[in-house]
Amino acid sequence: MSDRTAAQVRAESPAREAWRMFRRNIPALAGLVILSAIVLATLYGSFFYSGDAFDIVWAPHEPPGVTAEFPLGTDYLGRDIVAGLLTGGGPTLAVGAAAAAITMVIGITLGALAGFFGGWVDNLLMRITEFFQVLPALLFAMVLVTLFSPSLWTIAIAIGVVSWPQTARLTRAEFLKIKELEYVTAARAIGARNGRIMWQVILPNAAPPLIVSATLTVGVAILFEAGLSFLGLGDPNVMSWGLMIGANREYILDAWWPVTFPGLAIFFTVFSVSLIGDGLNDAFNPKLRSR
Amino acid sequence: MGSGFLLRRIGYGLLLMLGVVVLNFLLIRLAPGDPAVVIAGEMGGATEEMLASIREEYGLNEPLLVQLGIYIGNVLRGDLGESFFFNQPVAHLIALRIGPTILLVVTAQLLSIFLGVLLGVLAARRPNGVMSAFVSVFATIGYAVPVFWTGIMLIILFASVLPVFPVEGMTSVRLRDAAWYVQWLDVAHHLVLPAFTLAIIYLAQYARLSRASMLEVLGSDYIRTARAKGARERTVLFRHALRNAALPILTVAGLQFGNLISGALLVETVFNWPGMGRLAFDSILRRDYPTIMGVLFFASAMVVIANILTDWSYRLADPRLRGRT
Repeated sequence: MSDRTAAQVRAESPAREAWRMFRRNIPALAGLVILSAIVLATLYGSFFYSGDAFDIVWAPHEPPGVTAEFPLGTDYLGRDIVAGLLTGGGPTLAVGAAAAAITMVIGITLGALAGFFGGWVDNLLMRITEFFQVLPALLFAMVLVTLFSPSLWTIAIAIGVVSWPQTARLTRAEFLKIKELEYVTAARAIGARNGRIMWQVILPNAAPPLIVSATLTVGVAILFEAGLSFLGLGDPNVMSWGLMIGANREYILDAWWPVTFPGLAIFFTVFSVSLIGDGLNDAFNPKLRSR
Repeated sequence: MGSGFLLRRIGYGLLLMLGVVVLNFLLIRLAPGDPAVVIAGEMGGATEEMLASIREEYGLNEPLLVQLGIYIGNVLRGDLGESFFFNQPVAHLIALRIGPTILLVVTAQLLSIFLGVLLGVLAARRPNGVMSAFVSVFATIGYAVPVFWTGIMLIILFASVLPVFPVEGMTSVRLRDAAWYVQWLDVAHHLVLPAFTLAIIYLAQYARLSRASMLEVLGSDYIRTARAKGARERTVLFRHALRNAALPILTVAGLQFGNLISGALLVETVFNWPGMGRLAFDSILRRDYPTIMGVLFFASAMVVIANILTDWSYRLADPRLRGRT
């Protein structure tokens, strides 16, 4: 920063500045690279590696590294594990992203309304938030998925419905803080309506912590999806990493590889997402970086 | 501290529980299909007489509000319905399994707070030291590992490579007639792996949190005063600093309790721990709705109680709050 003049630094937009900080953060960049690799592999992997994840292609429990055709071995039915990893990532990532989006939409809407209007609106919405925080999330999601038959959409919606309270609280806190600032008063003075103030004045300024929280929410949602499909509550017609672990659970003492590799895939995905989240957090809060 | 505070918290907790009951009621009604069939479980085994008796018991022929009234009345009398799979009252099924769940969850909670805080305090002594780096990395890893997978990996490790801990169940059959303390030790022995599996995620989080919280507190004036008057480092860290740094940890621990129960659900399934999670899983696979709803009710009750205890311990830890109600 020493080779820049103060004026140049000030002229930089917050997003650009954050990106400049992020680029210097090696763990965060590593996270970005790992995640991109995983996303690309699940999107395009099947072009280079043919085979259906549900097909029985070989003897059961072929250990990894023995047959060149099946580098990570086969599971208890003789299904190819690499094919499972490549096709199973898609649903996990899609549900994770969709669930995080649903979480953010519900959480930001309710949190913004509570923080902006205060009074009885705040009171009511915060009581509802507290109520949802009392319900153990995974159990509630299990109930929802079972009642409304499992599909990728039900699962994403169920995860979203159980995970929004934290986002709502965060949004509310940001709105409470920002609505007292001068530029909000100024916007009101020139006659901006409530809706405009909420979504076009306050929300963009509350964006940094919400972006960080959205990233971490993706990680949590992926773990949720994995947990549900591990329990056998996912869509039975769709291969997913959690399902691979759940299906092979009974045989872990005969074969470690069918459960180990999907678990590593989930781990690396969530790990990279959280590295990115931490990196964004540091980038948006330069003051905290010394910690 | 005033008992008014505690009474009000309990009253509010009861209100939340009433909300859970209403939610349970609505979920059954909102589910696609005939609620009587839903309640009987979609096992195809429900006869016409069975359905008729369910309609009678739940008042399904009455208007919705009357049905809700009947349902709340039943719950108040401790009647959570009948499990059509186990052929037993739901309340009885849960009474048999809530103990092991509480044992698992509370042990994991205490283990994670104790070890997490210890790690965090040690790391905070040197903000740029090896321990600090370890805590940061460990926290990120702990957050990203699926809890059920950790459990499975530990089972593989301890079942074949290092058979020192039992990997399944809560008791050994061969000790059924042993003295009580032998049986207690046996349960504790079985508890090690499940409790540790569940604790790992939160342990990592508490370590990171207490490190940050300690660093903040260690920079304050009263710590400098304590050091200046010649207090020993251990006294400064654990008596002066930790007491103040503990507040955010308490808050998070309280908020995490619901997640801990969710995690226990998975851990119980992996280790065949005979608790409510196992029951929830079995009854969900069998679409045994009265049992599922009963588990949801009691699991929520545990969160409500944990929240009240957190608020209460918060006041014990922070004398500044005691005067207020």
